[in-house]
Amino acid sequence: MSTANGHGASVSVQACGKTFADGTRALESATLDIARGETLVLLGPSGCGKTTMLRIIAGLELPDEGGTVLFDGKDVTSEPIEQRNVGMVFQSYALFPNMSVADNIGYGLKVRGVPRQERAARIAELVALTNIAGLENRRIDQLSGGQRQRVALARAVAIRPRILLLDEPLTALDAALRDRLRGELNRLLRALGITTIYVTHDQAEAMELGDRIVVMRKGTIAQIGTPREIYFTPRNRFVAEFIGAANIIESPVEDGHLVLSGGRQPLRSGINLAVAVAMIRPETIQVVEAGRAPLSGTIDSVSFVGDRQRLVISGTSRKPLTVDAPNAVQVRPGEEVGLLVAPESVRLLPLED
Amino acid sequence: MRYRLIFAGQFVFTLAVAAFLMVPAALSISAGVTVSYFRGIRSGVTLQWIVQVWELYAGTILLSFVVAFATLAVTLLAGVPAAYALHVRGGRLARVVEELITLPLAIPGLAIALALLLTYGGFGDFRRSWLFILAGHVIFTMPFMVRSVLAVFGTIDIKTLDEGAASLGASPWRRFRDVIVPNAMPGILAGSLMVVTLSLGEFNLTWMLHTPLTKTLPIGLADSYASMRLEVASAYTLIFFIMIIPLLVAMQLFADREQRK
Repeated sequence: MSTANGHGASVSVQACGKTFADGTRALESATLDIARGETLVLLGPSGCGKTTMLRIIAGLELPDEGGTVLFDGKDVTSEPIEQRNVGMVFQSYALFPNMSVADNIGYGLKVRGVPRQERAARIAELVALTNIAGLENRRIDQLSGGQRQRVALARAVAIRPRILLLDEPLTALDAALRDRLRGELNRLLRALGITTIYVTHDQAEAMELGDRIVVMRKGTIAQIGTPREIYFTPRNRFVAEFIGAANIIESPVEDGHLVLSGGRQPLRSGINLAVAVAMIRPETIQVVEAGRAPLSGTIDSVSFVGDRQRLVISGTSRKPLTVDAPNAVQVRPGEEVGLLVAPESVRLLPLED
Repeated sequence: MRYRLIFAGQFVFTLAVAAFLMVPAALSISAGVTVSYFRGIRSGVTLQWIVQVWELYAGTILLSFVVAFATLAVTLLAGVPAAYALHVRGGRLARVVEELITLPLAIPGLAIALALLLTYGGFGDFRRSWLFILAGHVIFTMPFMVRSVLAVFGTIDIKTLDEGAASLGASPWRRFRDVIVPNAMPGILAGSLMVVTLSLGEFNLTWMLHTPLTKTLPIGLADSYASMRLEVASAYTLIFFIMIIPLLVAMQLFADREQRK
């Protein structure tokens, strides 16, 4: 974590909601604190309010009455974006077609009255940092998607912003490029150590880049936590299903066991419920010989995906179970197997959601 | 064989249409430089009519250009920011305003002129000055400027570009100058071209609004057709051509170059 020695500003969002002029409620009143130097990811499906939250922090939207945004403890709610000294990367990049790559990167410095020579030096620095040497004099429409993304990032960082805001910066790119740039972006953000707020609908991006992740749904915050917390201890069914793959099982409980059609699965001790909603991650289920585990089922299908194989198993619970098995395990569809799950790997979720 | 016949037929037809359009123009131009139109070109070629027109109407012609470029200046200064505001704001109100701006296209110029006369006819100084004509021309040409700029804004994501510039610290005015205007340039140029040519050729409105001291080219043309020899009127047309064609070509070239850049 870069929180300890990072720079940039801390951000505090207090009771910020957003209702648009047409009455649409994009964001319920939300409170959020972002530490100096932290990378926070706003994650959720489209329409969950993550972009609205980012735009409120940026100063592109005004929160509803009563909401405030603080940078380093100072109220900036009424300041428009041009006074907030933030760097922003837009989903469509918003590069200026009437300027060259170098002029795009240098625009924020020019606006600030930085002398030409100093500007050129800073542009050169960023061109090197973002790996776009040789493109300085190109026009924007002569760049590929990946190059545009880098220019947009260089332009946002050039002004040495207090906070870096990224709105789905990789969404417009194809999958292979996205994976590569994600790694690059991660290294760059760590190197800069600047407070970063990153919006995405892609959970893999969120996991890799975020110090903490804010999972959002229908204008509300579903959970805030580190990637590990979000993955291993989701607070509700939505988070469990949105992040990674999850088997969600609703079943009666009898003296500390889930009672399933394929057997009785022990829970952690001390659980006293009549009915439970449980989450079991596919990789925590171990496939063993039939009869050698409390649970059993029949293999419906086997998909070999290289580093592992994904099995679909019926007969264990009402819905088929998804199981990730090591790639070396020999299994065939139709085969009867036993399923071993450690009690700690069964995560109970709130009943209603 | 059949193919060539079809081609020949089409070719002749095209020539005939072109001739239909071009012969009157050629006749009119030649009439402007013949000694006597009734005796035809055999009567000799002369520049006397052109000189006469120039002596009589030089002020009118000059005023036309003053009005045209003043109209351009006003539509640029008001129309481009208006288009920007309409586009960024959006919503129902913006659409209503856009319709209002466009309305003068559907209303006869005479009606607009009448409304202007009824409302401002009492302000003697204004009524007598060329600014009165300017007002009419601005009303008439504004939709062309606003619409062509709006059309360009529709093809580029101007709102995000504006937000991008704002995020880099640019003030609204700075954004307008550095980002909005340069990217709207094709629309601004197309609009300018239309505004200038429409203003130079506008007759309806101007005819109602003019005074003997504030005549524009087309009014002078009507005047000379009505009260002078045909040769003079034709010479007038010729001058009109000579003035406006180079202007049109120049603006078109400028627009092309801008687009290619």
